[in-house]
Amino acid sequence: MPAWLSYRPADFLLFSPRTYWRLFELENAALWPLPPIALLLGLALPVLLLRRRPATDRTAALLLAAAWAWVGWSFLWQRYAPINWAAAYLAPLFGLKALLFLGLAVRGDGLRLREGLDPQAATGFALIGYALLLHPLTAPLAGRPLAGAEVFGIAPDPTAILTLGIALLQPPGSARHLLFLIPSLWLAASAATLLTLKAYEGWIPIATLTLVCLLGLLSLWRAHWAGSRRAPKDETAGDGDQRHTGDRPGIGKLSE
Amino acid sequence: MQVDRRRFLLGSAAGSLGLTALRPLAPARAQSPEAEQRRVPSSGQAVPAVGLGSWITFNVGDDPLLRDECVEVMAAFVEEGGGMIDCSPMYGSSQDTIGYGLERLGRPASVFSAEKVWTNSVDDGPTQIAETRRKWGLPRFDLLQVHNLVAWEGHLDTLFEMKAAGNLGYVGITTSHGRRHDLLERIMERQPIDFVQLTYNLLDRDAEARLLPLAREKGIGVIVNRPFQGGALTRRLRNAPLPEALREIGVETWAQAILKYILSEPAVTVAIPATTRVAHLRENKAAARGPLPDAALRAQIAEQVRAL
Repeated sequence: MPAWLSYRPADFLLFSPRTYWRLFELENAALWPLPPIALLLGLALPVLLLRRRPATDRTAALLLAAAWAWVGWSFLWQRYAPINWAAAYLAPLFGLKALLFLGLAVRGDGLRLREGLDPQAATGFALIGYALLLHPLTAPLAGRPLAGAEVFGIAPDPTAILTLGIALLQPPGSARHLLFLIPSLWLAASAATLLTLKAYEGWIPIATLTLVCLLGLLSLWRAHWAGSRRAPKDETAGDGDQRHTGDRPGIGKLSE
Repeated sequence: MQVDRRRFLLGSAAGSLGLTALRPLAPARAQSPEAEQRRVPSSGQAVPAVGLGSWITFNVGDDPLLRDECVEVMAAFVEEGGGMIDCSPMYGSSQDTIGYGLERLGRPASVFSAEKVWTNSVDDGPTQIAETRRKWGLPRFDLLQVHNLVAWEGHLDTLFEMKAAGNLGYVGITTSHGRRHDLLERIMERQPIDFVQLTYNLLDRDAEARLLPLAREKGIGVIVNRPFQGGALTRRLRNAPLPEALREIGVETWAQAILKYILSEPAVTVAIPATTRVAHLRENKAAARGPLPDAALRAQIAEQVRAL
């Protein structure tokens, strides 16, 4: 058997569960009172999107850009990379994600809210709610101190889960898929790490990714079914995009 | 100078190094008060049989609480006689933790510093070694090893040059999990290395077939990593009854039984269990004291564990 086939995920684990979970305690303590402020800003995100105005849509994109940039720099690069050199390779992806949101805020017209409450939108709101309000409670539920709560904008998992929720809320368009990519990559990496640490929390990113994949398949099936019945004249409008009067392109395109 | 085991034993019997009798070559149940001391085959230097690994356990970043806990473990290690502390650039922040600990403990002379070079680029080796030395806060290492055979030919050249220039005590090479033993065997046969590091325990016994006898034949010291399979072996044995014959030689736990089994293998120089707990550190150190299992008891322990 080739030597590389003998490797197991545990062979790549460089740190203990205790060391990993304490990262969040240390990060929250070092940044206090930023964690509750970040939580409040996160709660503002769906409110901003629901207002459906260009300024609020762009503000939402800016907030997410800031969250991804901060988590990538502060948590991954400064806090996590010293115990896991692989984090240094993932941190730039967070920077890339921040740039994408920044591009949407500056050159596009920010984030958008799809029309109606279809399964994707409902799941999007549910994921946002989970990431902001329930995910921080996983620490005390697992017997760890609340001081080690994973908070949106500070910790990567809730930030990625919330972002997938935001992505599900977007009207369909080519660039929309870009919103899914990096959070999904992170959550896959996080799930692998947590399950190797034998932490039940590893099932949370797996459940999130499974849900998003199922919704993606459902969306494809619905598009195929709809396409077989009629050829849409305006694909974007047909999928519930609600543009602002006189707006530049939204998430579907960065520029025209 | 290469010193084979026969010469070393004769030398130690004559008390040429000023130490009391060392562990006999063929382990027996006889009391051996200095069983915790071994000799480096290539030099005759005495080194405690139980060292300290740092994989996972010392990778705590800049967490002040966990760092101080590591220092407590290192302090207990020094109290118990010190010995080999092994690390690698691959182990995250473990090198920083060790450097921090050594500084806090006043750089105890009883620590035998064992490090590794781990980079695919041979040219980057000296830079990495210098950075590692800076993290430990040491002018030179007692031992440098090529980690997991990565770019081993070029790195060995570098390490042999360092040793010849007096900037290094010993040269070694490592593997783990029983991987690439064929290549390791070829290197042991052809290269004048002082140490080989490999995985050996009650379940991972591949090394018994060729590598351990070859190490004795060539006068190469053997460092045993993963003695507890990263904790999996002790967890597996947790509820198994300890053989009465082991209790008779002072063994109280399966961890001690595993270490005594490893240390009773004549080729083994040092075992490097890693731990975050002072109690476990002391328990590990105690395993080297007192009698070690003889061949019959070794076979009995191995059979019992295999049956589990």
